[in-house]
Amino acid sequence: MDRTHHRPPSGFSRRDFLRGSGAVAAAGAIVSQTQAIAQEAKGTRILSGEQTLALSVNGKDVKVKAEPRTTLLEVLRYQLDLTGAKPVSGDASSGASTVMIDGKPVSASVELAVRCVGKKIETVESLAKDAVPAAFVACDAQQCGFCTPGFVVATRAFLNKNPKATEEEVRKGLNGNICRCGTYANVIHAALMVVKGGANG
Amino acid sequence: MVNQQAEKKKADTKAQDEAKAAAAKAKAEADANKLAEEKAKYGWPAKEKSSLVGKRVARLDGLPKSTGTAKYTYDINLKNQLIAKGLGCPHAHCKIKSIDTTAAAKLPGVVFIEVLKPADPPIDPKKPDEVPPKKDWEIEWQGEILAVVAAESEAAAAEGVAAIKVEYEKLPVFVQEDNLAAAKAAGRTFPGGNKTQTEKIAGDDDDVDEFSAKELARLFKEAAHVVEGYYGVDPITHCCLEPHGSTVEWVDGKLVAHLSTQNVSGTDEGFAAGLQITSDDVTVHCDYIGGGFGSKFAPDYWAISAARISKATGRPVKFMLDRDQEFKLGGNRPSGYLKVKLGADKDGVVTVWDSEHWGSGGATPSGVSQGVVPYVFAPKNFRRVATNIKNNAAPNRAWRAPNHPQACAMTQTAYDDLAAKMGADSYDIFLKNLGTDEKPLVAGAKPSVYAGEMEVGAKLMDWKAKWHPHGKGPAKGSVVEGLGMAIHTWGGNANSSTILLKVYPDGGVETFCGTQDLGTGTRTSCAMVLGETFGLPIEAIKINIGSSKYPASGPSGGSTTIGSVCESHRRAGVDALLKIADLVAAKLGVEAATLKAVGGKIVGTGGKSVSWKEACSLIGMKPLEVMADYKSGTPSPLSNRTVGGVQMAHVAVDRETGIVRMKKFVAVQDMGLVVSPTQAESQIYGSVIMGIAYALFESRIQDPASGAVLNAEMKDYRLPRLGDIGEIVINLYEPESERSRGVIGLGEPPVISPGGAISNAVANALGVRVPVLPLTPDRVLAALAKSKKVG
Repeated sequence: MDRTHHRPPSGFSRRDFLRGSGAVAAAGAIVSQTQAIAQEAKGTRILSGEQTLALSVNGKDVKVKAEPRTTLLEVLRYQLDLTGAKPVSGDASSGASTVMIDGKPVSASVELAVRCVGKKIETVESLAKDAVPAAFVACDAQQCGFCTPGFVVATRAFLNKNPKATEEEVRKGLNGNICRCGTYANVIHAALMVVKGGANG
Repeated sequence: MVNQQAEKKKADTKAQDEAKAAAAKAKAEADANKLAEEKAKYGWPAKEKSSLVGKRVARLDGLPKSTGTAKYTYDINLKNQLIAKGLGCPHAHCKIKSIDTTAAAKLPGVVFIEVLKPADPPIDPKKPDEVPPKKDWEIEWQGEILAVVAAESEAAAAEGVAAIKVEYEKLPVFVQEDNLAAAKAAGRTFPGGNKTQTEKIAGDDDDVDEFSAKELARLFKEAAHVVEGYYGVDPITHCCLEPHGSTVEWVDGKLVAHLSTQNVSGTDEGFAAGLQITSDDVTVHCDYIGGGFGSKFAPDYWAISAARISKATGRPVKFMLDRDQEFKLGGNRPSGYLKVKLGADKDGVVTVWDSEHWGSGGATPSGVSQGVVPYVFAPKNFRRVATNIKNNAAPNRAWRAPNHPQACAMTQTAYDDLAAKMGADSYDIFLKNLGTDEKPLVAGAKPSVYAGEMEVGAKLMDWKAKWHPHGKGPAKGSVVEGLGMAIHTWGGNANSSTILLKVYPDGGVETFCGTQDLGTGTRTSCAMVLGETFGLPIEAIKINIGSSKYPASGPSGGSTTIGSVCESHRRAGVDALLKIADLVAAKLGVEAATLKAVGGKIVGTGGKSVSWKEACSLIGMKPLEVMADYKSGTPSPLSNRTVGGVQMAHVAVDRETGIVRMKKFVAVQDMGLVVSPTQAESQIYGSVIMGIAYALFESRIQDPASGAVLNAEMKDYRLPRLGDIGEIVINLYEPESERSRGVIGLGEPPVISPGGAISNAVANALGVRVPVLPLTPDRVLAALAKSKKVG
């Protein structure tokens, strides 16, 4: 795991984080992330209250408003009308909010917006012409479709890293996402279609 | 005189009976004639002549779903909207002593708070003698929403919820739904119905219960094989990935509700009733729904609350349950546990069945219906008794194929244990217990359908080559493999459906229908049916669904949607085409009856044809509008009911770790005429995987002391992931004998058998029954340990 991608542009201490966000009952996952940041921090910068952040989303520079506690998912969905990434779980266990940050798959529901400054954020909406969603359509790898955007991004990120993935590797590599309708069989077919160069791959 | 009167009365009765019989015969003939006429007019084309129906197409809404542009209820963000969140009750059984929202109301960003459950009991000072219904003030399950906070952001709403102060009076909790004795001791049991049937009928002087008991005892005594067993299925939740919820606003005094619903045409009434307005003042929209599975038929009280808050604040309100609440409130499936003794003849045909089962559907006592026990198999002599347990959990909601999956897993396991006891091949025992079409021993589909499907399934599974008697397979290290099967049935007749079809003079085609697409491919199927009818590609048909202001169509539950929309769309399409054909016939100078719509043209005899566009230009200035209205239950050549299905599982079980792995699963499914094979397969894949989920992974776990749900998060509520499913092989069983019956729903049937089939495969691998689903590693190890102790 290349940890540099998880390092924030500047450090925050946990205490400062909590002070900055008011008396918030922060989710456990967020606190532990903050601890991780604190451990990695070399300097301390205090953020408090609402900030205007400059983010790079799908190749565009955008300005958003965020408190230190605001997640990337909230920013995408409520400020940028990018609702492809879905809120399903607050602990990254469903993969439904998967986006790519500097090319790596990340659950936007547990990523703080302030940590995304200076990084390249790509959501499912940026994959409109990509081979992966085309293969999902060709293989009918979707039913209700609520988990599908997360699966599409996860598949893209996985295949970027493993462009010649075998079926066995696909079955092992896409376990971060949950589909309640049970569409996994066709997701496997879709991923393999892209590997074989089908669906414009 | 008396005799004469009696004679006359007898003669009158006879005449009346004859008249009735004649009327019935006449009606049957008229019905048959009507059906034949309808078949000639509306009937499906033969399989080899179909252009779209039965062909493989990509679903119409595939790209919006996979590129994130499809807007679900959760994705609808309205200008100036408030975000609402609910305070869930932390206790499974309590009364509210006080609820104080003062601090919450003062928090920045908090705009409005509505208390739903006041301190108990909320006596109206004007009617001091009237105690309001218990449900209004006593909380009987964890997670029930006590108050709703609407705020400027999710975070502010969450802070508001956290700041509400509540004092509770805790009450005794009961959640041990698998423990009948404990439930009885706690006074939590209610009769769930029973039925006894024997081939020999009690005489007039016999006490029926006594006679049946003696008869059953005699049959057990005469039985060549007797099996006693215990089987069960724990409660599970629906776990829709899009939680229940809505985004609502009032526009010019009327409610516009974006609701995650399986019931677009029916929930406007729910809102109206909850808000004391009339349905004409409500519009419900749902273009996309993120999972329902039977749990999303009503607005639910939290959407009504959102509407009230929206009215009070003059702002749109979004209120989606959070994940914890979705697990606790958003729907669950009743548990079921069964003790049985069965007797069989020397060939393994079951002659007598005697069972008692129990379970809980939550705080409103219910459970698995006794009517489906034993499942599909219908031995001639049986006694079955059901007991419902009142549990401190939210009331259950319909979960795909209500009652059937549990009944299948609790009873076909006993049939498999019979095979194990006899050292017989389970396939042979299942086959023998089907009976024949003339003398069936099964309910639902005909024995020949199950038998035909078993043959197909066995080939796909390579059953005969892989089979070994229970517990007698070769072990690879600590890993043993096994095979199991189960069979199922479901009705799946068409619901009511109305549509408005518009054909424009420029050739455009558009429909309006208040149905919904749960991800089953309803949109695509509607377009396929009209494309088939008009000889056009599916992209040429604009399908408008998902609004309560469109012509009403039934809720999507019980596998009733595909039949319903096929009825309405095919009928409207044919009616429109006949009108267009009249116009084309006049232009071409041919008989209208000879015209056919194929390949984008209206083609007549002698090579005469016009393009679809030219044909539509004959309509005139205004579009041709056709309504079609199908009423559920009307006999039709287009749709039908009752399917059979067979499933087989091949598993590998590690005797050291207790882990069960899926190797292969075969699903053979009858659904009458297959409209869209690609989406049908997807639905069966999904059913099998949902089945693997409740067979091996998921269950709602409650703390016995407090009633708290211990796994109400995605990370704790175990569901299979992509690496857990093994190979799945699907066969759409569509011989002409079944295809000719017409379209039958598919949503429920294939989700029924996986529990039974997988449990049987594990029993075949181990030679030991792991009695209760899900078959988690600890349970597998416990069953093995118990068998060693006993053995």
